[in-house]
Amino acid sequence: MSFVFCVLAALTVVGGMAAVLLKNTVHCALALTVAFAGLAFLFLDLDAQFAGFAQILVYIGAVAILVVFAILLTKGSETPKDGVFSSTWLAGLAIAAAVFAVLGWAVLGSSNVLPHEAAVPDVTVKDIGIALMSRYVLPLEIVAILLTAATIGAVIVAMHEKEEPK
Amino acid sequence: MTPLTGFLMVAALVFAIGLAGALTRRNAILVLIGIELMLNAANLNLIAFWRYGPHPEALTGMMFAIFSIAVAAAEAAVGLGLVIQIYRHAHTTDLDQMNRMKG
Repeated sequence: MSFVFCVLAALTVVGGMAAVLLKNTVHCALALTVAFAGLAFLFLDLDAQFAGFAQILVYIGAVAILVVFAILLTKGSETPKDGVFSSTWLAGLAIAAAVFAVLGWAVLGSSNVLPHEAAVPDVTVKDIGIALMSRYVLPLEIVAILLTAATIGAVIVAMHEKEEPK
Repeated sequence: MTPLTGFLMVAALVFAIGLAGALTRRNAILVLIGIELMLNAANLNLIAFWRYGPHPEALTGMMFAIFSIAVAAAEAAVGLGLVIQIYRHAHTTDLDQMNRMKG
């Protein structure tokens, strides 16, 4: 447990908690950005440079901006009068606590069979590129098709309907 | 606690926070934020197992995480497009008020 890991874990968890708990939706989106940044730094701490920078580009650069746009387009920044949590929040919280209890029990219970220390993997971006173009070329093409379809689909779904005759 | 256990516990905590957000918030966009947090927690698990696993040079966990990030980006775009369309139709993003299947 290094000091860096503790700081990054605290940043991620506090950012996630704030994203879920804050009342103002725009503040939630900004806290989400902090959580994404914490996760990206955790990836960098795990010597996964490519995944860390992809996380920064995709999540902080694209997804967070998309969330802010959606909030501003839907007047979601107005805090509703009757609270921000749904009427069944207690059941939801209980389910989440139960899931965390089971996950934590499984992780802590299996900690003696998990590997302890490993050498720093010697992987460069060049290796990742070669792997993407050789062994993983089919999933790469499928992801390309998926992203194209999702872009077209999102535009069609969110496109303005034709003005109805008045 | 070993380093891998620490990362797995952080991922479990972020997953639980995302699940709590998705289940308790009323705003549809905040539910999507919760889902994004859950996806990110899964990515952290994949990268942590890649780092401490027996064959990191095979890049399996890394590739899984990269493709997962791409799929999550597509999911966010379509989900937020749907939220905007629902807002145009129902003039609210409050999930408690969306209690009709018929438009």
